[in-house]
Amino acid sequence: MKDIEYAAARSVDEAVGLLAARGDKARILAGGTDILVQLREGLRDADLIVDVKKIPELVGLSHDAKRGLRLGASTPCYRIYRDAKICAAYPALADAARIIGGWQIQSRASIGGNLCNSSPAADSIPALIAHDARCVIAGPSGRRTVPVAEFCTAPGRNVLARGELLVTLEFPPVGDGEGARYLRFIPRNEMDIAVVGAGVWVKLNAAKDTIAAARIGLAAVAPTPLPATEVGAWLAGKPATAATFAEAGDRARRLAKPISDMRSPAEYRLHIVGVLVTRALAGAVDRARGIVIGHSPNGQEH
Amino acid sequence: MATKTSPDKKKTGKAADTTNGEPQAFKVIGTRPIRHDGVDKVTGRAIYGADVQMAGLVHGRILRSPHAHARIKAIDMSAAEKMPGVVAVVTGKDMPDLRDKMADLGEGTVNLAHLGANCLAHGKVLYKGQAVAAVAATSPHIAEEALKKIKVEYEPLPAVTWVLDAMKDDAPLLHDNVFTSEMGKLGKQPSNIAVHLHFEKGDVEKGFAEADVTIEREYKTASVHQGYIEPHVSTALWNHDCHLTIWTSTQGAFTARQQTAELLQIAISQVTVVPCEIGGGFGGKISVYLEPVAAILSRKCGRPVKMIMNRNEVFEGTGPTPGSFVRVKLGAKKDGRLVAGEAWLAYDAGAFPGGMIGPGCMCVFSCYDLPNARVDGYDVVLNKPKTAAYRAPGATQAAFACESVIDELAEKLGIDPIELRLKNAAREGTRRVDGPTYPRVGLVETLEAARNSDHWRSKLTGKNRGRGIACGYWFNIGLKSSAAANVNPDGTVTLVEGSTDIGGTRTSVAMQLAETLGIAAEDVHPQVGDTDSVGYTDVTGGSRVTFATGLAAYEVGLDIRRQMAARAAMLWECKPEEVTFADGVFRRGDKSTSFKELAGKMHQTGGAVVGRATVDPEGPSHGFGAHIADVEVDPDTGKVTVLRYTALQDAGRAIHPSYVEGQMQGGSVQGIGWALNEEYFYDDSGRMRNASYLDYRMPTAFDLPMIDTIIVEVPNPAHPYGVRGVGETPIVAPPAALAAAIYRAAGVRLRELPMAPHRVWTAKKMTNDEC
Ligand SMILES: Cc1cc2nc3c(=O)[nH]c(=O)nc-3n(C[C@H](O)[C@H](O)[C@H](O)COP(=O)(O)OP(=O)(O)OC[C@H]3O[C@@H](n4cnc5c(N)ncnc54)[C@H](O)[C@@H]3O)c2cc1C
Repeated sequence: MKDIEYAAARSVDEAVGLLAARGDKARILAGGTDILVQLREGLRDADLIVDVKKIPELVGLSHDAKRGLRLGASTPCYRIYRDAKICAAYPALADAARIIGGWQIQSRASIGGNLCNSSPAADSIPALIAHDARCVIAGPSGRRTVPVAEFCTAPGRNVLARGELLVTLEFPPVGDGEGARYLRFIPRNEMDIAVVGAGVWVKLNAAKDTIAAARIGLAAVAPTPLPATEVGAWLAGKPATAATFAEAGDRARRLAKPISDMRSPAEYRLHIVGVLVTRALAGAVDRARGIVIGHSPNGQEH
Repeated sequence: MATKTSPDKKKTGKAADTTNGEPQAFKVIGTRPIRHDGVDKVTGRAIYGADVQMAGLVHGRILRSPHAHARIKAIDMSAAEKMPGVVAVVTGKDMPDLRDKMADLGEGTVNLAHLGANCLAHGKVLYKGQAVAAVAATSPHIAEEALKKIKVEYEPLPAVTWVLDAMKDDAPLLHDNVFTSEMGKLGKQPSNIAVHLHFEKGDVEKGFAEADVTIEREYKTASVHQGYIEPHVSTALWNHDCHLTIWTSTQGAFTARQQTAELLQIAISQVTVVPCEIGGGFGGKISVYLEPVAAILSRKCGRPVKMIMNRNEVFEGTGPTPGSFVRVKLGAKKDGRLVAGEAWLAYDAGAFPGGMIGPGCMCVFSCYDLPNARVDGYDVVLNKPKTAAYRAPGATQAAFACESVIDELAEKLGIDPIELRLKNAAREGTRRVDGPTYPRVGLVETLEAARNSDHWRSKLTGKNRGRGIACGYWFNIGLKSSAAANVNPDGTVTLVEGSTDIGGTRTSVAMQLAETLGIAAEDVHPQVGDTDSVGYTDVTGGSRVTFATGLAAYEVGLDIRRQMAARAAMLWECKPEEVTFADGVFRRGDKSTSFKELAGKMHQTGGAVVGRATVDPEGPSHGFGAHIADVEVDPDTGKVTVLRYTALQDAGRAIHPSYVEGQMQGGSVQGIGWALNEEYFYDDSGRMRNASYLDYRMPTAFDLPMIDTIIVEVPNPAHPYGVRGVGETPIVAPPAALAAAIYRAAGVRLRELPMAPHRVWTAKKMTNDEC
């Protein structure tokens, strides 16, 4: 590894200035759990590292029942799942934060870093899609907002342009009868990359027996995290029953285009999409009905 | 001290009261003293290879082949050599020409050209990750950057990574000087098949003709790595007087010394190897990798050179255990009596001949009294890293096959799997297919203990759950060990022994000396010596240290007792023969003195007392185990959860039960990983795609239940305290035990490792599709 410069920006403007000046040769450092590994293994190259954790706007959560949640891009994962209010309002996000790596990783790793690393297998992105989160991006020409569902463009690539950084993630406020769940499948029970991940959000009707609206995001089944928009639309108005969940799983499977690699054969991934969407839907509906779901390290129900 | 294992930990062995006449009421043996090296290890003060620092130290890095098979056409090092901070660059050409040179390294003859090319390639690379060149520089980062400046021109060749493919006539040929060795003859054409072994006993055809039931099945296993947490690390200093000192992480300082001396063609006395504390080896730290490379870098630059591998280098550049194909056929009478067996095994050796096929053939039927048997085994080279020993090398693959067929036989015959095994269990007098006849062994007692265990007797309830059992065997070798001890005036003893301590052996060996001298374990201060300070000692491997080095410690104790008795005789003015020793006290008539008191008078009675011993006991000591596994299989995903697991094993005598249990647990865990998820995953071009702990799926603590242990003690008649050795046996049974459990949980028989979720799901799908 060669010598690299390090700069800790104190403001968004300072970070934008540094990034814009150095372009490709500058890399943002949040928790560093992706970027430091990639630099050491020669998968990425940088002359300058811009640490953004010292920028107040990028670290912390502010939650308001009316305005929703603003999550600083570099807030470490543990702060999400340690916050009971966030766990109740954005449970799929908490599910994902709880299973990214182990304790050490979760003490550093951020959701912004997970999103900007833009791995198709990233655990938080399906949850962000399910929660309909939006990215607030700052750059040389000011700020812009992009839905998470449109953020990733290819493995390891996203819509960020030269000089831009992710500032916050904004989540809409949560109403009654809503629930969400993120599940991933891995052969081990931790420290493994998703074979498939499925994030689901549902809103039930007043009687809580019918799905009024739903959103689904999938991981590791396409070159980018996949919003299963058609399946979400199909679910609207369907009874919240096991048969509906299973059919949604089937439909999600038809959208997925996984590859075979060392983590799984494609055929198996396809099958698991169905299983996970079915299970995550059931979990999201349970939560929408006020049922508390325990969690084990692999994100499976107890 | 808390016991950490089984709720039903009981000693089920019907241990004889005496072994070899030694009274067996032990004071030290069987207790659990705190390990002598515990404080240093817990506080981080223990010196591992990576902790070695010295003035002028430079850092070495290795350039590795990106190809699975290629000819090296040219290497241009000029740009790297010119880089500021780079002090030496070497390639295989800097090693002596070792063509046709063989060396006996204690555990058989080794082709030095192969061993050398595995450290630095010559002419051809035979696997991705093979070392091609090395750089030493003033910082590891400069060394790393310099590697990028070495230009290697390769001519890629077709590669082969599956053992049966490598055996085909049209397979890419790895070596033009390897010919199949068969019944003492060499083949005429160069071949990837290095060796064909054949063992036969009785009349196999007649045996099968008498069988009421015959089952024949085929099994495959993937390459797996030992997965020691500490990567390989060596520091070499080629001094200006031409003496070479190497600080290294090794299982055997003496074998590291000999290999290095042979590879560099220098006198053995020119090399000192200092073994550092070692963070695991499991067989993978016997062969040298870095030692000779660091040595020639140091020779070139005149400074100490330190080399540490990355994890991916450990995976790609050091020995995994063979991938294998095994076919087993067993015939039995209706009453369960086995009448014939046949096995055909092909193990990959990796890039160079000399894999684990021998022990594979010898172990495949080792648990059973088979009247008629035939075994054929093939040692096959292919484009993967040269295999290394891994805990009971070769036995796990063979047991997965044989034990799985036994389980199918039990089902077909309607006989309980433990009863079927008991009916056919190897015992004293059973002759194995490869020739040897067992002395007193403990398989029957181990199976009986399994049958009586709380685990086996408890009911397993719940859907998608099943229980399996399997046996495992490993030889446990003897070989050479040396030790010496000084008596201190305060009655303590300082022990120097030659076995690097991987599993707590320093304490287990010290305890045997303490027992022999009638003193406390804490009063023996053990240390592991380097090659200049202790007599020749073979590797820490083959589950031999507690047995053989323990025997040396016992003999050191006898030597000290003799000398101390002479000192007492001097004080009491009698003949030494008149002095007796028991319970740490020397006596004659009404006179007595404790070991400690007598030690205090050492300097009035002639000075220091130094005991020493060197031993070369006959192995093997024969370790048998049985494992019981309960699993649950997720019916939708095929994922296996291990619910409960019990390992039983005849330890002969558990010197320090915690370490015996630790070995049983550790071996079980490695076997479970091998069974369920670990594998070298190769792409079509022969490149490993998962050379990291992220994607090489070793189990974590979340993937395992507590591993319960039951120690059985059938003392080994060939050891004064009955020790058998325990380290390797426990890795042998897990895959077959889990396969049997999965079958009962999910209705499918898995015959390929790993039994990963997708394989279980596919197997279930295929049976469903057939219905
Ligand atoms: C042992 C281990 C286990 C892991 N397990 C998991 C897992 O289970 N699931 C999973 O999904 N991931 C896992 N990861 C990957 C990683 O931890 C996560 O992706 C994590 O969320 C990354 O966050 P970070 O803050 O550390 O990002 P960093 O490494 O700091 O950054 C990641 C990338 O995003 C860019 N970036 C960071 N912040 C911003 C920003 N504000 N604006 C623009 N670009 C930015 C960086 O330049 C870099 O390219 C694991 C990693 C390790 C080492």
